[in-house]
Amino acid sequence: MTEKPKNYSRRDFLKTTGIATGALIGGGLIGGLVGLNANKTDQNVADTGNTHHEMATNQGFQFFQTQREFDVLSNATERILPKDDLGPGAIDLGVAYFIDRQLAAQYGSNTKEYMHGPFAVGAKTQGYQSRLTRASIFRQGIAKLEDEANNRFDKGFSDLEAEQMDEILTAFQNDEIAMTGVTSAFFFRLLRTATLEGAYADPMYGGNRNMEGWKMKEFPGHQMAYIDVIEKDKFQKIEPKSLGGM
Amino acid sequence: MATSLPKVDVVIVGLGWTGGIIAAECAKAGLKVIGLERGRKRGTEDYQKIHDEYRYAVRYELMQDLAKETITIRNNRKMPALPMRQLSSFLLGEGLGGSGTHWNGHTWRFYPYDFQIKTMTDAKYGPNKLSSDYLIQDWGVTYDELEPYFYKYDQTAGISGEDKNPFWGKRAQDFPTPPMKKTPILKKFEGATKSLGYSPFMLPSANLSEAYTNPDGEFINACQYCGFCERFGCEYGAKTSPEITVIPTAMKTGKFEARFHANVLEVIKSGNKVTGVKYLDTESGEEFIQEAEVVVLASYVMNNAKLLMVSNIGEQYDPETGKGTLGKNYCYQILPGATGYFEDQMNTFMGAGALGMSIDDYNADNFDHSDLDFIHGGSISITQTGFRPIETNPIQRGTPTWGAEFKKNSIYNYTRTLSVGAQGASMPHKENYLSLDSKYKDAYGVPLLQMTYNFTDQDRALHKYITEISTNIMKEMGAKTVEGKDVITDYDIVGYQTTHNTGGTIMGASPENSVVNPFLQHWDAENLFVVGAGNFPHNGGYNPTGTVAALAYKSAEGIIKYSKSGGSLV
Ligand SMILES: Cc1cc2nc3c(=O)[nH]c(=O)nc-3n(C[C@H](O)[C@H](O)[C@H](O)COP(=O)(O)OP(=O)(O)OC[C@H]3O[C@@H](n4cnc5c(N)ncnc54)[C@H](O)[C@@H]3O)c2cc1C
Ligand code: SF4
Repeated sequence: MTEKPKNYSRRDFLKTTGIATGALIGGGLIGGLVGLNANKTDQNVADTGNTHHEMATNQGFQFFQTQREFDVLSNATERILPKDDLGPGAIDLGVAYFIDRQLAAQYGSNTKEYMHGPFAVGAKTQGYQSRLTRASIFRQGIAKLEDEANNRFDKGFSDLEAEQMDEILTAFQNDEIAMTGVTSAFFFRLLRTATLEGAYADPMYGGNRNMEGWKMKEFPGHQMAYIDVIEKDKFQKIEPKSLGGM
Repeated sequence: MATSLPKVDVVIVGLGWTGGIIAAECAKAGLKVIGLERGRKRGTEDYQKIHDEYRYAVRYELMQDLAKETITIRNNRKMPALPMRQLSSFLLGEGLGGSGTHWNGHTWRFYPYDFQIKTMTDAKYGPNKLSSDYLIQDWGVTYDELEPYFYKYDQTAGISGEDKNPFWGKRAQDFPTPPMKKTPILKKFEGATKSLGYSPFMLPSANLSEAYTNPDGEFINACQYCGFCERFGCEYGAKTSPEITVIPTAMKTGKFEARFHANVLEVIKSGNKVTGVKYLDTESGEEFIQEAEVVVLASYVMNNAKLLMVSNIGEQYDPETGKGTLGKNYCYQILPGATGYFEDQMNTFMGAGALGMSIDDYNADNFDHSDLDFIHGGSISITQTGFRPIETNPIQRGTPTWGAEFKKNSIYNYTRTLSVGAQGASMPHKENYLSLDSKYKDAYGVPLLQMTYNFTDQDRALHKYITEISTNIMKEMGAKTVEGKDVITDYDIVGYQTTHNTGGTIMGASPENSVVNPFLQHWDAENLFVVGAGNFPHNGGYNPTGTVAALAYKSAEGIIKYSKSGGSLV
């Protein structure tokens, strides 16, 4: 654990309630807590969740090398899909782990995409034209988020207040940040899309912990058939099922 | 040096719907047939773990590997064309079954009007309804001539539907299986369109309403409404696809052999005939020449056009002079529509690919265009295909696309949003065409196909008109807020639209204005047949496959006849 978490309030809260320890060992930290609504504290929207270093060390990385870049990514995804009264945000859903694994795999090295040159900028209507793989774009984008935080606020991205993170992410979204070989708007779109993918893909990919993403959305996941209920007028609440692990 | 392989009666390039139909018909007729497919073998047993939105719908597991081959794209001739580096706007098939593995199953017959669009438009609205920049033409075949072939496909596929649309061409027989279930969501659309004076009917579906055995003895299961249909294979064998119908039929004859990982590079032409195809075994790296009496290109719109171009067969279309037919009349489709946000929760996550209801009051020439600045129209439908959570995050206009408000809005609306939409017909324009790219190559050193395409004024007018009608329907359905689609400007390769690409290898009654004759026999090489939606001289207001399949059956009949007597079939 290299970074000092900004505040200990939430972790302290978990510790004192006595819920955390068991849940941490079982690896089902978040699902368990959300189910119990144990983390409904007042500051839970602003809480960017940078208290989860334990989990990070537990699970390990496949792509990222430093805790710092992983934390920047975690906090950025949390701003895109924050925790609220509906349920967990990106951090609790394990979105950054999902992205870490994806970047280490086909997705990260663009193995199913046409990557031959010559490369040109092109018109907007012609789509993605970068020579960079998604892995390189994420690596650069995360470094730029960190740089921008230092430039604007003299702090690392993970140490910023939520509004400050939003300000920086908005600048990326509006293409106001210079990046090499790709626009910051493109990086932002990639980040946003990957966050939603990590929140709602089958939990076997490492995100959507405990199917909490699906539960929030009331999507039942992998069901074999709806033939018996599809004609019903009433909304059907169905316990979700995953294809693989949790 | 490529190894030459013993000559067979028919070699087919690509084993999707068109290749499968030709294979089954020719093999049943006793011809020795070989199918070359560059993807892999697959079947229902491979779809057990398919309810995985991320792998199959988002990362395109079943589709073409663009690392090997793609197309290049530009909006007009002045722009440099650039490669489509990742799939998005349309999805290309690969592997046994082609796109027929992961299609939705909406199964239509184009209108009698479509096949004679030029004659009928001129007769009703005079010769100057559209400017001469639009290259509409008759197809060289009528609906009545195609009707038996349409029915043959209905029977092979076991299509579920009801003959209740007052507008469409006459059906000699009703659908082989009854329509799918009418869900509460569909009933909302039915009620609204009826009260507006339209004529709703159940969308004809290849997701079968009941188990069915087709005339070739192939069994198709009943749909379970699992909600993982488009972009997925069906784990029940309930969505009619080539690998559960025509391919097993071809196999049973003992006359058909399928070769996989066989990427065809070139058609070999000699005089006014072709002698076979050159292909690469992408696993061993060896090149082969498969000689054949008849060569059939069934490798989809893009690859069919590309193979003819790289093999120098036919004259490339030139937009400057208007000369040449190869690559001409490429059309896409436009998607007008409206989205409604409701208060009550609905079971939007349940569904099936072709579960829907439609109206055709604004399709084809079913309404008067005298005072309108466009021709044709589109089928307006509601479909309940099963919303999946990664790709369905409906938010009202003005809502931020991320953050707290986005989260609340997208989650709330996930089970409270419906859309009605149309497949808008697309008319050919002299500036929209396919050709070969001069810069970019595929993994085997062959030039990529280049697409020059933009929406036209006709498209924009039609889009606006049908969007207004869709908006009214959605209001009538009781949505709290209704948003019509934005007006369209330039065609953009990003964001899924439809895989209804047409044209480039168009059919017609004369070599002056078409690449193939009404049997899809090439005008310049009598033993070469080119089959697919590339044959459409324009794109209609429906999904293409019903019409593609009917044309494939007609072509198969032509190939069998040609094998006996030779010569031109017309
Ligand atoms: C997501 C999706 C949903 C769709 N939904 C519908 C729908 O609801 N209704 C409808 O009517 N249509 C639908 N379609 C379109 C429909 O799938 C196609 O019209 C139909 O499958 C086309 O059949 P085809 O045989 O022409 O081509 P394909 O199915 O594309 O088959 C072509 C085959 O040729 C192979 N091939 C290509 N090049 C080569 C080469 N050089 N050498 C060897 N093999 C080659 C490919 O690998 C592929 O397997 C949908 C398409 C998609 C992608
Ligand atoms: S919706 Fe029906 S046809 Fe489609 S995959 Fe599911 S069971 Fe098969």
